[in-house]
Amino acid sequence: MSQRQIVQVFEQYQKSRMQFVQTVADLAARPQNIEILRNAGVMSMLRPLLLDVVPSVQQTAALALGRLADHSDDLAEAVVKEDILPQLVQSLASQNRFYKKAAAFVLRAVAKHSPELSQAVVACGGVDALVLCLEEFDPGVKEAATWALGYIARHNALLSQSVVDAGAVPLLVLCLLEPEIALKRIAASTLSDISKHTPELAQTVVDTGAIAHLAQMILNPDAKLKRQVFSALSQISKHSVSLAEMVIEAEIFPAALASLRDQDEYVRKNVATLMREVVKHSPELSQVIINYGALSGVIDYVNDCRGNLRLPGIMMLGYVAAHSENLAMAVIISKGVPQLGLCLSEESEHHIKAATVWSIGQIGHHTPEHAKAVATAHLLPKLLELYMDARSSEDLQAKSKKALKSILQKCTYVPGLEPLLYDAPSNILKHVVCQFSKVLPHDSKARRLFVTSGGLKKVQEIEAEPGSALQEHINAINNCFPEELVRYYTPGYSDALLERLDNYQSA
Amino acid sequence: MAELLKLQSEIKEFPKEYFYRNSQAQETRQEENQAATRIQSWFRACKVRAYLSHLHKKAIIIQKIWRGFTARARVRQMVKAAYFIMKMNFYEEMAVRIQRRWRGFFVRKYIHNFYARKSYLEGVTMKNESVRRELDELEELQKRERDCLAMVKEQTAKVYQAHRLHHLVSTKQCPGVFNSPFRPAPHEMELLLRQVKYQTPTRLAPRGRARPLGIPSPTAPSFPGTLGSPWIKTSRTCCSRPVLPPIVSKKQQGLYREPGEVWEQRVQCPDLMLCLQTSYTHLEEAQNQLQQKETGALSCSRRPLPSGGTIAKEGGTGGMLHRGSHSSSSFTQPAYTSKSFRRKNKYKNKCKIEIRHKGAGLELSHEATSDTSFHAHA
Repeated sequence: MSQRQIVQVFEQYQKSRMQFVQTVADLAARPQNIEILRNAGVMSMLRPLLLDVVPSVQQTAALALGRLADHSDDLAEAVVKEDILPQLVQSLASQNRFYKKAAAFVLRAVAKHSPELSQAVVACGGVDALVLCLEEFDPGVKEAATWALGYIARHNALLSQSVVDAGAVPLLVLCLLEPEIALKRIAASTLSDISKHTPELAQTVVDTGAIAHLAQMILNPDAKLKRQVFSALSQISKHSVSLAEMVIEAEIFPAALASLRDQDEYVRKNVATLMREVVKHSPELSQVIINYGALSGVIDYVNDCRGNLRLPGIMMLGYVAAHSENLAMAVIISKGVPQLGLCLSEESEHHIKAATVWSIGQIGHHTPEHAKAVATAHLLPKLLELYMDARSSEDLQAKSKKALKSILQKCTYVPGLEPLLYDAPSNILKHVVCQFSKVLPHDSKARRLFVTSGGLKKVQEIEAEPGSALQEHINAINNCFPEELVRYYTPGYSDALLERLDNYQSA
Repeated sequence: MAELLKLQSEIKEFPKEYFYRNSQAQETRQEENQAATRIQSWFRACKVRAYLSHLHKKAIIIQKIWRGFTARARVRQMVKAAYFIMKMNFYEEMAVRIQRRWRGFFVRKYIHNFYARKSYLEGVTMKNESVRRELDELEELQKRERDCLAMVKEQTAKVYQAHRLHHLVSTKQCPGVFNSPFRPAPHEMELLLRQVKYQTPTRLAPRGRARPLGIPSPTAPSFPGTLGSPWIKTSRTCCSRPVLPPIVSKKQQGLYREPGEVWEQRVQCPDLMLCLQTSYTHLEEAQNQLQQKETGALSCSRRPLPSGGTIAKEGGTGGMLHRGSHSSSSFTQPAYTSKSFRRKNKYKNKCKIEIRHKGAGLELSHEATSDTSFHAHA
């Protein structure tokens, strides 16, 4: 045996290992192969290869492992059970950048599935190693590490806290400043994931000055980056007034409105979400947003999109209107009410309808003027219909009842009230009749109209328990009309007349 | 004597008489005594009664005077109090009237000011309208820009195809397939083929950096679609997906523009040639040239900037903003617009500075394309 032959054996072994690992990695890229690979015991095969002497074999093995874990959570659990994670974490610190990338990919794939698996990654010190990777020079490594951190932080506040404790946030903010778009995107998304859980975490993110950097990127041409940036800003501002004010102070606003017409629908949605989160805190913030002319943008946005994308816009209108009657009036004059009515008729999902109904209720419950605006848009019968519809979800019914009640208590617009007389159940009818009893004594035209349109007849037909509030209201209405008129419309009056005729003849 | 006798007889008679009278007196004594007592009692009673009535009269006089005095005092007091209350009521009413007026005035003026509210709502409506208009304009602009980019892309693909089909160009002897003698004018492709200089293709993919330099592409080969992709691609290699060449034929969708229009656009963008010329392979040469220049006379004024990348980035966002501010100068921040003006003035300088940075140069060229193409359209 010559030396050459011996060496050849080793070379051959190395080549076949490489080939095996690469083939497995390629196979693992397709989800349908996963089950077969798993049954073939791929885990136990890949594990020793992670400790291979050849770096490229190691790296490809890690890649294959990552893909396997990415596709199924069972395999991710298997990775955790096989104690592969500590190895990976150790090698994250020592190996070259390609391996780091692959290892971060594995960690990401494992952490993605469930909080428990993420917790396992955290427990083996993965977060600290990943944070070390963030200090790496190579953008690819940074990206992979950021991504993995984002997946870990996504699950719950505890895991987020562990990411923050490892000192990731300042480094993530530095990543935002890198020229690579993909890295920026993922850093923004990770910041968003971190800050979404609790006000404290959001405050930590804000303290590192993330808002200023995020605000710079809102006019970036890259749509996916904009998505993440707006999502991060909205996650930050959702927690408290002070955080929302800080977001506003970054002067994102008139510029962010331009993104409401972005080509990418998720950018638009995230901008609307950001506005909703800012607006919901206080009347002042709503005022600021409205003064930028955001209402027209949001209403156009609600008009343009369909389905779930509408939800933030609708809720934003509701939150704005809820704060004060002035703001609600601003929504009304921006033609928000007909738009909401349109949403109500176009959407089929109950939760969107419920949000719309809630918003309408918030707009209409301030003053008679607001209620009139809602009534003239013919929304009261629609609300009633939703309330009466047995197919409506419980939440929708409750919300429409509440909205209807609060609007009716303010409504003095008689033509809008009348349709409700005919098909409302008694608990709604009570409020309708109450409004009539308040309006009619002071308005002779309305009285006339009330008689000619048959409202009085309908009121006489209502069977109310004597002594109830409804009966009192009915009496109040009857008192505004001459007695003959009331009697004329009372059911059974013709019989009474005929009876009188008989009596008259006999006498 | 007779007298005496008479007296004697009388004396004899006298005791008898005396006894008689005594007995008689004894008999009536009690009665008389009672009568006397009665008379005395009556008299005394009269006297006492008269005295008492006298006392009563005096007491009544005293009492009536006293009572009258106290009552008058009390009434005086009551009248005083009533007067005071009346006055208080009056003052309070007046105070309420003043407060009513003032509060109404104050609230109407400062809190629920109808005119302020009206003007605020009008302001909101107007602002909404203007924002809506601006957004519409912006959208329109973006759409045009996208269309323009798509056209540029399409044109590039066409030129690339022409480059690939260069062998079909007609010669003096033999007309090519696109130059049929039965047609009144040669096919559009034929014109394109004549302009394209032939060079052996080095790579299949028509990427900006892989493009052979001999093609006098009228439009910039570098646009954001392909520009962003190298970065994204490099960063995507964490999954180490093999880079496949894009399928060229798929890019040729949509309507072709009129040749005249395309030609016009080609003429209007002379700056883009610079970008084309200074794409990847020429970067080092440009750098060398610049360095030579630097060592020369201009070295003091143009030192290598360590933060060239950040400047380029700023320029990129500024450009975007600038495009936005075209439609709405009041809408965006004034600081940004001033920045964009500065950017315009220093455009040439910056261009030279930034060429040395690969990424920065690419971004700049992108900006240049979009900006100039926008101007061409606007």
